[in-house]
Amino acid sequence: MNSIAEKESTKSKVVPYGRPVAPDVNIYETKDGYVLEADMPGVAPEGLEITVESGTLAIAGERQDVAPGILTDGETRSSRYHRVFELDPQIDTARINGRLNDGLLTLTLPKAEAAKPRKIEVR
Amino acid sequence: MILTRWQEPETGWSPLKQMALLHNEVDRFFGNGDLGIPAAWQGATPGLDLFEDHEKLVLTADLPGMKRENIDIAVEGDLLTISGERRDSEDLKGAEIHRAERFLGKFQRTVALPAVVESGKIQAAYQNGVLTITLPKAEKAKPRKIEIKGS
Repeated sequence: MNSIAEKESTKSKVVPYGRPVAPDVNIYETKDGYVLEADMPGVAPEGLEITVESGTLAIAGERQDVAPGILTDGETRSSRYHRVFELDPQIDTARINGRLNDGLLTLTLPKAEAAKPRKIEVR
Repeated sequence: MILTRWQEPETGWSPLKQMALLHNEVDRFFGNGDLGIPAAWQGATPGLDLFEDHEKLVLTADLPGMKRENIDIAVEGDLLTISGERRDSEDLKGAEIHRAERFLGKFQRTVALPAVVESGKIQAAYQNGVLTITLPKAEKAKPRKIEIKGS
């Protein structure tokens, strides 16, 4: 499969309070690989867990912020995020890189050298 | 007794005027300004949570991946407006898009605050993609203990 496909329907619109919610993601493909961006507001690096296992990528995060009083009006808040993706086999999983800035997770998933287009010179 | 809505004295600060204009626009849209419409929005709306205790109101908004300078907060009377713009990362221009669920672009959201606040003491912080606005309640909005005088 030549993309990063969602493993199962981990994205659902209506989520009861406190249950994990699937973060909104953008996935881009460049000639070197893929870039996955996930909105995970409230998550600090220590509350983030990224697991790559047998062709799947799981991103999980827990909000670190504490309620500053009694909640009188709440909307989209869930304390946890979780989403699983199936990885393109061309991705070199050993070189997957991530950074978390202001609640935005950016993962870089490079394609293996062998998967990149290569010019063969004929002498 | 006549109950009047508390009004912030008029100042020359332009975002407040813009707020007032927007307020009027919303009033016009709903036909009446006294319906108690809690929020008016334009574009996307960040998820908000409102917390309250005796001393303060705390409003949090999920705004991941923003630049601080692209977030605007304005308070006029009991109306608080959060607006801003979330931009796409420059280095991904031209890349093939497989999924685009994240909201990009301008957003604006106005909420009616449930208590009178000290507009001069409002504080805002942005951490881990969450904007937290702390609005101390005005003295007259705080709960007061009434002592019962005995004989």
